[in-house]
Amino acid sequence: MEYYRRELAPCVWLTALRDEKFKTGCLSASLLTQLDRATAASNAVLPSVLRRGTASLGDLRAIASRLDGMYGAEIEPRVRKLGEIQALGFAADFSDDRFLPAGSAVLEGVVRLLGELWLSPNTRGGLLLPDYVESERGKLLERLESMRNDRRSWALRRLIENMCSCEPYAVSAYGGVQEAESIHYVKLTKDYRSLLASSPMEFFYYGSRSGEEVAEMLENAMLLLPRGAIDLELGTDVRMNAVEAEPRYFTETMNVTQGNLAVGFRLGACMADPDEAAIRVFNAVYGGCVTSKLFTHVRERLSLCYYASSSLDLLKGIMTVSSGIDFDKYDAALSEILAQLEHVRAGDITPEELAGARKAVANNLRAMHDSPFSLEDFYLRQAVTGLDASPADMAALVEDVTADEVAAVARGVETDAVYFLKGEDA
Amino acid sequence: MERTEYPALGETVFSHTLGNGLRIIAVPKPGFMRSHAIFAAHYGGADRRFRLGGEWIDTPAGVAHFLEHKMFDMPDGSNVLAELSSRGASPNAFTSSDVTAYHFTCTDGFSQNLETLLTYVSTPFFTEESVRKEQGIISQEIRMYENSPDAVGYYEMMGALYARHPVRENVVGTVESIAEITPETLYNCHKVFYNPSNMVLCCVGDVDPEAVAETAERILPADPGPIPERDYGPAEDPLPAGSRAGRAMEVSAPLFFAGAKVCAPASGSERLRVRLLGELALDYLVGPSSAFYTELYARGLLDRTFGCELDDAAGAMTVLMGGQSRDPEAVMTALEERIGLIARRGVDGAAFDRCRRARYGLQLGSLDRFSEYAGLLFRGCMRGWNPLDIFSMLGEITPEDAAAFLCENLRAERTAMSVIRPENG
Repeated sequence: MEYYRRELAPCVWLTALRDEKFKTGCLSASLLTQLDRATAASNAVLPSVLRRGTASLGDLRAIASRLDGMYGAEIEPRVRKLGEIQALGFAADFSDDRFLPAGSAVLEGVVRLLGELWLSPNTRGGLLLPDYVESERGKLLERLESMRNDRRSWALRRLIENMCSCEPYAVSAYGGVQEAESIHYVKLTKDYRSLLASSPMEFFYYGSRSGEEVAEMLENAMLLLPRGAIDLELGTDVRMNAVEAEPRYFTETMNVTQGNLAVGFRLGACMADPDEAAIRVFNAVYGGCVTSKLFTHVRERLSLCYYASSSLDLLKGIMTVSSGIDFDKYDAALSEILAQLEHVRAGDITPEELAGARKAVANNLRAMHDSPFSLEDFYLRQAVTGLDASPADMAALVEDVTADEVAAVARGVETDAVYFLKGEDA
Repeated sequence: MERTEYPALGETVFSHTLGNGLRIIAVPKPGFMRSHAIFAAHYGGADRRFRLGGEWIDTPAGVAHFLEHKMFDMPDGSNVLAELSSRGASPNAFTSSDVTAYHFTCTDGFSQNLETLLTYVSTPFFTEESVRKEQGIISQEIRMYENSPDAVGYYEMMGALYARHPVRENVVGTVESIAEITPETLYNCHKVFYNPSNMVLCCVGDVDPEAVAETAERILPADPGPIPERDYGPAEDPLPAGSRAGRAMEVSAPLFFAGAKVCAPASGSERLRVRLLGELALDYLVGPSSAFYTELYARGLLDRTFGCELDDAAGAMTVLMGGQSRDPEAVMTALEERIGLIARRGVDGAAFDRCRRARYGLQLGSLDRFSEYAGLLFRGCMRGWNPLDIFSMLGEITPEDAAAFLCENLRAERTAMSVIRPENG
């Protein structure tokens, strides 16, 4: 795999990975902007509105026909949250020309269409079409409202909203319902133009073509991208300590048959100079894999919950635990979840636990090399933090992490908030 | 091992049949970290009546799925799912109308995981107690299906379409039918259908074909066992048994399922060709860029839940389409009009060519998705076709073929529909 990274225009970057093992390639384009409750919903709706039609392909059917003709290429809106940065744009997935009839130029077609989606939307009187905006606003609201259908992720969402209530991080990648309701086509057009001019942009390509070739195609397709004063201050504010001296407790009720207990931690001291490999292994030892303490003790041995696992946001310096419990197991489950963290802090880590954790983390990292969109997400996060290590490089570091290093990470971790979603009659 | 090269696709496929009749397909994928293995029995929910030792046996609905659940228990009390997971593999299994398949994906320890897979699937171990316990668990699963508008709507439609064929009934069976299952039922069905000559092993990824064959030969029984003879009943009439079905359930908007039986040759490349023709014709008729879909979407009669596919299992090929709609009868009327238009004016060549390209791209992408790829390979092996022939076949299908397919199989009297209506609507 050949790595290539170049600035195509002021703050417009391309990361390209050349590899010939896939029959398909992928290309993504993301605008990066500071996550902010006031703008998050309208930013999030933008790619879907742009995807409805361009100046030359006026509606969904025209775009679908064009994509069919390009051997079923797909271009879909994509909105993500990277710490406190909101990334919005498109991700394309298409057949590699090497395996198509001679003369096919799918990548060129995809790049052109991507350029059109960003730069030449279907407008009337210079404004985005009101019915496209209206219909996509409705779909965004549906998406926001349906977030509560998945109880497990809803409990995590509510944990973060409560735990980080004074931080931009509380907002979801898709913004909030109230802000989504006020999306309006005139304002959205204005925001679209200023976002385009002021936001850093990241392109990612994975496929068999060289970085130089792709860079040249993109430069042509994005020639008319306006570049004004670029927001160079993008970043995530890492809070090193819990908000209060004692953990804060939140309980809500919903029509559920199973309780969802979520616990939020600040990674703390280790975030001053993060050793990413050690933090990843720490998470795996504690609750991030099937040999973890949460899985083997809290779930399997003590049967306190239906599931229990931990996950990280390395950009924000947060770890969350998510578990499904019977309502009456709340105290027992919570105290055991916290007790297992104490064990890690004390360095009470068996060689099997350490080996299992290292292997799980290293395997997951290496497996990213088999999934273009996992690599895309990994490298976009790297771009945001200014790093360029590959997942395989990171996997190699993971294999050298020691139990002492894991315990050292754990000792800095602070419990910040506990959220319990329980049944209405419980 | 037999080695077949597909230079235009950059693929090399190894295949081999062991002395015990097991068919093996292995596709090495250079540069990949991950490997996928699937071990599949040609046995599913529709295989209820079969011949064992000269005698025809009828089994209750749901045995294949029940057996799948019970295969993970080992005589030493261990559970194989937990064992594979602890080694970092992702194991799972599924049962359809004519297939029961056990699989895993992993990034290391492939040969050890493969040994485990082959060992547990060839080791039947059932007790009165474990069967009784499972009856409780599967009853829960059946009740879940009974409350699922999608599952109910689908089987209501299949029940209207098919008069007798067992694909009309749910693969999982009913609470009553599974209550009849005993350890002996499971041992019998394992003996008949899990013999190597009725199975296919397929591996895709960072795999060594010779090593796969060697492992299978070492672990599986040497005896091929008899090829089971199964009975799906007399051939079905092309017309549906009934045209409408459905009931009221807790849904926010009506949910419809429309279908039609497709007349196709029993097996082999000719069947693959009809299947491909059907998929292309349906892409053209109701796909995301079709006039039908975009017009009905704009009129608010269809939304993004709409989908269409061609299902082919246990010798029954079926067109399925459905989704939410405030007026399913209006959707059927529009479909009828569209078919009428095609009967008069034929299929547009340029639009059909775009569908053909889209299908080519979709099929090409499946070669990167190991579980999907392995699924095509093992099903093709069981049914006598090769999925890699699809690429050359696509070029041979004409717009006229598509028009003929649609006008024959989807004319109004050939279709059936079930509708799940809102309870208080």
